Amino acid sequence: MNAPHPQPAPLRRPFWTPGVLVLLCLVGAAGITLLLRFSGGIGAVSNLSTGRPWGLWVAVDVASGVALAAGGFTTAALCHLFGRHRYAAIERPALLTAMLGYTFVVLGLLVDIGRSWAIWKPVIFQNHHSVLFEVAMCVLVYLHVLYIEFLPIVLERLRQGVRLPGRLQRLSAPLMTTAERLHRPLQRHLWLFLIAGVVLSCMHQSSLGALLLIAPTKLHPLWYSPLLPLLFLTSAIAVGYPMVVVEANLARASLASADEQAVLTPLAGISRYLLGLYLLLKIADLSWRGAWPYLLEGSAQSLAFIIELGLGVLLPWLLLLSARLRRSRRGLFCAAALIVGGVLLNRYNVFVTGFMPPFSGADYSPALGEWLITAGLIASLMLLYRLLVTHLPILVPAAPAPAVPENRPQEDRP
Amino acid sequence: MALSRRGFFKLSAAGAGGLLLSRPTGARAWQSKAPPDALGCLVDLTRCIGCRKCEQACNAVNQLPPPAQAFSDLTLFDRQRRPDARALTVVNRYHSGRVDAQGVLQPDYVKLQCMHCQDPACASACITGALSKRADGAVVYDATKCIGCRYCMVACPFEIPAYEYQDLVTPRVMKCTFCAPLLADGKVPACASVCPTQAISFGRRDRLLQLAHQRLRDQPARYTPHIYGETEVGGTGWLYLSAVPFERLGFLRLPGRPLPRLTETLQKSLFSYLWSPLVLFGLLTALYRRNQRKTMPPDTSLTPPPGGAA
Repeated sequence: MNAPHPQPAPLRRPFWTPGVLVLLCLVGAAGITLLLRFSGGIGAVSNLSTGRPWGLWVAVDVASGVALAAGGFTTAALCHLFGRHRYAAIERPALLTAMLGYTFVVLGLLVDIGRSWAIWKPVIFQNHHSVLFEVAMCVLVYLHVLYIEFLPIVLERLRQGVRLPGRLQRLSAPLMTTAERLHRPLQRHLWLFLIAGVVLSCMHQSSLGALLLIAPTKLHPLWYSPLLPLLFLTSAIAVGYPMVVVEANLARASLASADEQAVLTPLAGISRYLLGLYLLLKIADLSWRGAWPYLLEGSAQSLAFIIELGLGVLLPWLLLLSARLRRSRRGLFCAAALIVGGVLLNRYNVFVTGFMPPFSGADYSPALGEWLITAGLIASLMLLYRLLVTHLPILVPAAPAPAVPENRPQEDRP
Repeated sequence: MALSRRGFFKLSAAGAGGLLLSRPTGARAWQSKAPPDALGCLVDLTRCIGCRKCEQACNAVNQLPPPAQAFSDLTLFDRQRRPDARALTVVNRYHSGRVDAQGVLQPDYVKLQCMHCQDPACASACITGALSKRADGAVVYDATKCIGCRYCMVACPFEIPAYEYQDLVTPRVMKCTFCAPLLADGKVPACASVCPTQAISFGRRDRLLQLAHQRLRDQPARYTPHIYGETEVGGTGWLYLSAVPFERLGFLRLPGRPLPRLTETLQKSLFSYLWSPLVLFGLLTALYRRNQRKTMPPDTSLTPPPGGAA
C-alpha cells in the first residue's frame, strides 16, 4: 500500500491513444462481419458445418469468456466471504471484468445461435435434462447479479455529484437523490448477491464442463472424462486470480493505475495452491482412466494437450512455487499470462481441437469471419473497460488523487 | 491467509465429494424413457438395390428443394454423401469385396437417416425441448421452440442433424422426421412404402427385432450376425441387417449405454430441488457471518471495503 487511504477513483486519462485506435479498427472490422452474419446467415461468415456445429465462438467467446471472468466471484469470495479485506483494491477491477465478460458472453451467444431473436425461449420452454439449460439459466441470473454487485460503484460516483450534459441536466438532481436513497439498502443486502454469485458461478462453471459428457464418442479421450465438470470448476477457480494479475499489470501499464504488487504477490501465493490442485486432478484423471498412452499418439490432439498441460499448467505452477518470482512484477505477470493462456487453450481444446466428429468437419479451422467477430468482441470489451475506469471509481490512481487532477500525458509503457 | 486457503480447499473438496458420491447412487436411479410401443424400421441392406426411390419419396413428402442431380442419376454413387439440410436420407454405395456365386464384385447400398434412438441424446441435450421422442417412437423437432444453439448436433452420435446455416431469420435443424404426420394418421413412412424390394420393413420395434432374429436364424449365410441398432447407444428405432460386417459399410462402433444417462444422472443428483446450490449458499453464509464477526474490530485501520456490509 503506497498511500494511507488508496481509494478507487475515476482515472483522468486521455481516451484517444494509439492502442484505442487499434481496438477501434478491430471493432470496425467485426462490425462489417456482423453485417454479413446478419444478412447472409451463420454460413456466410463461418466454417461451421453439420459435423462441426460449435467452433471458435463457443470455445472462446462463450466457454473461455465465462472461465476468464471467474476473477469476479473468486475475488468477491476472498474479500467478503473469507474476510480478506486487504485485497479490496483488486475487487472492483475484477468485478468489472466479470460484468463485462458475462455481458460479452451473451453478445457472443447472440452471434452464434441461429435464432438470436429467440434467445429468451429457454426461460419459457425448459428442458431440465439439458446441461445447457442449466448453464443458460445460471448465466442469465448471474449476469444480473453482477449488475447489482456493480451498482454500488455507479451509486458512489453519482453521490459524488454529477452534471449531465445538455437537456439531461434537469435529471441530475433526481438521479443523485435516487442514488442516495438506494445506497443504504443496497449495502445492507449486498452480501446476499455476493454469495448468490459464488453459488451460481460454481454451478455453471462446472456444468460448462458437463456439456460434452453427452458426446463420449466425439471428444478425444485425453479430455473426455466424467470429471470434466470438476476440472472445469477447478480450472476456473485457479484462473481467477491470475486473470486479476494480468489485468492489474495491463491497467498499470496503459492506464497508470496504482502498483498493486503488494496485493498481487500474496494472491499468487493462493494461486499456487489452486493451480496445484488443478494439476493434481488433471494427473489423477489421466492416470485413473489410463489415458497416458494417448500422449504419445503424435496427433494434433496429443500435441495440443501437451502444450495445454505443460505450458499452461505445469510450467506456471513451477514458476509460482518460487517466492522471488511471486514478488517480481514481470515474472509474476508471465506466470499469470501462461495460466490464462492455458485455460483458454483448454477450453479451445475441449470444444474444438479434441472434438472429433466421425464423418465430416474434422478439418475445421475458424474462418476469417469467426476470428474477426471474436477479436471485435474482445476489443469492444477492452474499450468499455477503459471507458468505465475513466469515469467510475474502479481502479486506484497511481498518484494519490489530488484535488485538481493533472492531465499530464504519459507514455504508454509496453 | 492460512484460513482462506483451507477454506477454499474445503469448498473444492465438498464439491468434488458431492460429485463423486452422488454418481453411483444416481446411476441406479436413472431410467430409460424409451416408449414401450415404439415403432421402427428394419432396413435389410441385402435387399437394397440402390434405386434411390426412398430419397425421392422423402424429398417429395418433406417438400424439400429439388436436388442438384436427378434421382435417376447413379453417378452420384461415386462419392459418399451424408444427409444434409436438403436431403434427409441418402443412399451410399460400398464395395466391401463381397462377390456373388459367379465371382462378380457386388456393391452394398446403405440408406442413411436419423436412427430415432430409443433414448435420444439430441432430445436430452436440447435446451428448450424442441427435440423430443414421441410415444410412437419418432424423434421430432419443433422449430417454434428452437433457438439454434446446435447442441443437438454436438450430442448426436450419428452426426445426423443438419442445419440451415444459410438461413437468416428462421434456420431449422433438419433431420428425418420418421414421417411423423403420416404415422399419426396410421400410415407408413414414405421411404418404407415406396421401397420396391421391401428392403425397409415398418412396424413395432419389438416385432422388427423378432423378424430380424428370425432372418438371422433362417439364413445365417446371408447375414453378418449382428442387428445394428439393437443395442447401439441403448437401442435405436431404425435397425439394420447386412451381408458384411457393419464397420465395412461405414457404421460406427458405438457404446451400448444410452448417452443421456451420465449427464441426466449428474443433473438430477446435483440439482434436484436445487439442494446442492442451497447447501452451498448456507455454508457460504455461515462462513461470511463468522469471518465478518472475526475481522470487524481490528480491520478498521485498513481500507474499509466499499462493498462490505458494515
